[in-house]
Amino acid sequence: MYTDRVIEHFRQPHNMGRLEDYTAIGKVGNIACGDVMWLYIKVKQNDAGEDIIADISWETFGCTAAIATSSMVSDLAKGKTLEQAIHLTNQDVASELGGLPPIKMHCSALAADALNEAIYTYLSDHGRPIPEELAKRHEHIAKSVEALEKRYEAFADKSGS
Amino acid sequence: MSERVYLDNSATTPVAPEVLDAMAPFYHTEYGNASSLHAFGRAARNAMEEARNSIAELLGVAPREIVFTSGATESNNLAILGTALASEDRRHIVTSTLEHHAVLHSADWLESRGFEITRVPVDSTGKVDPDAVRDAMRSDTLLVSIMAGNNEIGTLQPIGAIGELCRERDVPFHTDAVQAYGKIEIPMEAIDMLSVSAHKLHGPKGVGFLYIRKGVKLAPLLHGGGHESGRRSGTENVPGIVGLGAASRLAFADRTETTARMLRFRERLIEAILKLPGTRLNGHPSDSLPHIANFSFEAIEGESLIMKLDEHGIAASTGSACSSPDLEASHVLLAIGVPLAMAHGSLRISTGRQTTDDEIETFLHVLPGVVAELRAMSPFKVGE
Repeated sequence: MYTDRVIEHFRQPHNMGRLEDYTAIGKVGNIACGDVMWLYIKVKQNDAGEDIIADISWETFGCTAAIATSSMVSDLAKGKTLEQAIHLTNQDVASELGGLPPIKMHCSALAADALNEAIYTYLSDHGRPIPEELAKRHEHIAKSVEALEKRYEAFADKSGS
Repeated sequence: MSERVYLDNSATTPVAPEVLDAMAPFYHTEYGNASSLHAFGRAARNAMEEARNSIAELLGVAPREIVFTSGATESNNLAILGTALASEDRRHIVTSTLEHHAVLHSADWLESRGFEITRVPVDSTGKVDPDAVRDAMRSDTLLVSIMAGNNEIGTLQPIGAIGELCRERDVPFHTDAVQAYGKIEIPMEAIDMLSVSAHKLHGPKGVGFLYIRKGVKLAPLLHGGGHESGRRSGTENVPGIVGLGAASRLAFADRTETTARMLRFRERLIEAILKLPGTRLNGHPSDSLPHIANFSFEAIEGESLIMKLDEHGIAASTGSACSSPDLEASHVLLAIGVPLAMAHGSLRISTGRQTTDDEIETFLHVLPGVVAELRAMSPFKVGE
């Protein structure tokens, strides 16, 4: 059911772990529904004075697809300017992995969302203007997190997580 | 990858060589239709009746009470839908929250057709309380269906006691014995219907039976040539039935030794896995099927765990949502109150008659590294 690329990234994931000197973090997902992704980015300026993702890493609780998409989104974003990284979509992540089973597409959305959130956090922490597209996605992500939390409220109480 | 280790025997088992040998002639030399009058047909019928007689003898029931089916899903559907459809005025069924989907979804379907279903809850080890079943029964209860042993966590149900109280009320009692048959002693005197599948006990896939006590009224689901005394039409799967008979004889012949070995494996697994940090046993510590042990691991997700074990040639299964087609976590783990996060990190180990000590040790040798590897990727740390 998984492509060789997915299995490859799952078995030897890239950029895994907690980045010690990160400048921003994007947290998405919910343990009750089975996927949680934390994405760390370290932003620096390049010679042209643009913000770039100089380093990136992640920690993920999730299935094979969640881990493979974490690895892939980190590869795709590394070295990119924030401007470029904002435009990475879950489709980009999935297609770089040679596709995902339809039922696992939400994992690629989670990866793109985590990147979105990390960039959003960085820009707002530094009092920078937030592009409309990014703000819209942030709002959408926050809403879906809220919906998830509501859906799993009963279970979350039990699990204490 | 060197040796493969198969610890998913609750999903299916390898066909035993002697079972395959018994089946083979009925594919290529004795291939007659059991309904035919000629010698080919008679040979097939004789073999089929021999299997029926064997099974009846092993269970201490009459051969006519055994109806061959395509497997446990059909047996469970036949027991539940068949009884409901044959009932004239009774509209109520009692079952439990941790039955197999073949039982639960049959009951759901009846509910959508106007029947009423009571799903009795279970305790944190997965046990049904017979008193709760008694309390759930009504004057219009047409059937009680409680499984013998759970397929995910192994917990045994007090089917003897439940069967007895059904008998007092004159309500038929069905039990799904797919995982229990050939492994534990089944109190047949308390049971009116019992579902079995061949491929869970080293027989072929696609065949099983439903024991139906004489006198239990049941409408057939499959209509046609009137096979199996009109209770299940369709040309009999003769090689499969012969395999089911052979697998049954094999399982009962050395049941004591086989289950003793399985129990030893189970105890070893529990002892070793509970020593690892952030683990728990799901199910009952002792009142369990011998071949199933279910664990949860904090901070990791079950599908990843299965894939990592697979990388090492080890096959097991999980109740994680991510591994299910509907992305729902196991209803069994949720029914016994396992927190969702831990239900996602569950691992079911199930042994078979072919499982060896070496295989258990290989698995236990690989497991801690795999768990550590996945925990290193996780944002959640154990013990925090």
